[in-house]
Amino acid sequence: MAKVGVIGVGQSAFVRQYPGSIRELAFEAYREAMKDAGVKPQQIDASVVCSAPEYDKQRTPAGLMAEYLGLNPQPTFYVESVCSSSSSGLRTAYALIASGLHDVALVLGFQKMSEISSAESQERMGRGADIQWEAPFGTMMPAYYAMYARGHFEKYGTQEEDLGLIRLKSSTYGQLNEKAVFRKALTLEKILEPKYIATPLKMMDCCANADGASCIILASEEKARDLAAKPVWIKGLGMATAPINMAGRDSFSGLRCAQAAAKRAYEMAGIKPSDVDVAEVHDCFTIAELMAYEDLGFAEPGQGRELIRNKETYKEGKIPVNIDGGLLSKGHPIGATGGSQIRTIVLQLRGEAGDIQVPGAKIGLVHNIGGVGIYGNVSIFGVE
Amino acid sequence: MGFEQFGIVSFTGVTKAEQFVEFLKNNELRGTVCAQCGAKFFPPRADCSSCLSDQMEWFPITGEGALISHTKATFAPAGFEKDVPYRLGVAEFADGIKVFGRIDGTLPDEAVKAGMKVKVRMLDLGEERLTYEFTAA
Repeated sequence: MAKVGVIGVGQSAFVRQYPGSIRELAFEAYREAMKDAGVKPQQIDASVVCSAPEYDKQRTPAGLMAEYLGLNPQPTFYVESVCSSSSSGLRTAYALIASGLHDVALVLGFQKMSEISSAESQERMGRGADIQWEAPFGTMMPAYYAMYARGHFEKYGTQEEDLGLIRLKSSTYGQLNEKAVFRKALTLEKILEPKYIATPLKMMDCCANADGASCIILASEEKARDLAAKPVWIKGLGMATAPINMAGRDSFSGLRCAQAAAKRAYEMAGIKPSDVDVAEVHDCFTIAELMAYEDLGFAEPGQGRELIRNKETYKEGKIPVNIDGGLLSKGHPIGATGGSQIRTIVLQLRGEAGDIQVPGAKIGLVHNIGGVGIYGNVSIFGVE
Repeated sequence: MGFEQFGIVSFTGVTKAEQFVEFLKNNELRGTVCAQCGAKFFPPRADCSSCLSDQMEWFPITGEGALISHTKATFAPAGFEKDVPYRLGVAEFADGIKVFGRIDGTLPDEAVKAGMKVKVRMLDLGEERLTYEFTAA
């Protein structure tokens, strides 16, 4: 398989309400990534634009973005897998380069969730499930993940306090991330206040909506060596899907799409879970991070809680996870999230992560889930 | 009248599986079974993803099931606010058929747990709307 490298990364600040339009929001991440890569628009051969269209007023945003970013007449592609859109975009851009079709491709993820009113947002929330068979009961993301939390609790004895410890870790690092939407210090007592959204998940078990953009620039091996001082290589990509209907699921204590995606990514990279030095996982809810520990093989099934109880996923631990604050602190601008996770890992592998740098990190992993385990993307990065 | 009669809020009114609603009216929950290869489906579907046939028949889901997981939602999407709090869950019936739906809101919290025996009952919501829910078997 051809080698593909990351040569530039960028991210806007994630905020509750961005005071500008989607193109301007996207440009913030684009500008940072282009400066990081040291390239000009004419050096970008193709763009892959990622968002969840239910939040966009603009029809066919890829065309708008290609124009505003100065990327006409190059080809552009629009990729969507809800919350994992920009990781699916990474896979698409990788394929465009590995095939030899293009040498340099850009993945732009964006979401301005405040683009629509709160009432419209509430209405769309109900349509995140199968609208024919499940949404008529009043479904929403927290309720679905709550059913996984309950499943995990019942099967393994995991407790609400364990999930609280995950939020506590998130707030520890969120305070350090100047691009995060939620930077307040939290106490375990505050986190465990019984403000239930969907039992057993409470307010602090849930991430917040945000506006944000991310941008990742990829290049072929030859171009990457030519353009970047320290290219970060894509070592393994795994993607898998699972039934959108809960009735089609055979497990409520782990996400099958994540397990399958992880297996493929590890195989392609030729590594084991214990080889990973630093990871970003999709913590849209605390239970999602706990399941990720197990689905990625950082812990045996049912043993994820031991990792957080023993602080093994803190910066100093065996496998640091979400030490940029994760979605719980950064916020979760759907289409931009995966690119933000990738950016964190790229900075770690370049040794440019500042306060949260894991010393000598050589292999990093990104786990990015779309919907309640409908789409799973696991991407592994490495440096020479 | 067809499929728009199903559920507390309807999001789509047209499906080849709309006969589902007629069965609900007769106090029956039904899935589909492929006449060609025998694959069973819930929710019902018009096309078999195992053998690609479009020859589907209806089979009833009866008897006791076991609750697999559940939650009590205290926030709701638009259109469901008046129902809060409400429970959602997945239960497994004979032949491994799983069903997603609401759980009887009158059951005490401590009675609702994984493994509890449940049965399905149909509910007439008025204004020609129908749904089903799980209650203790």
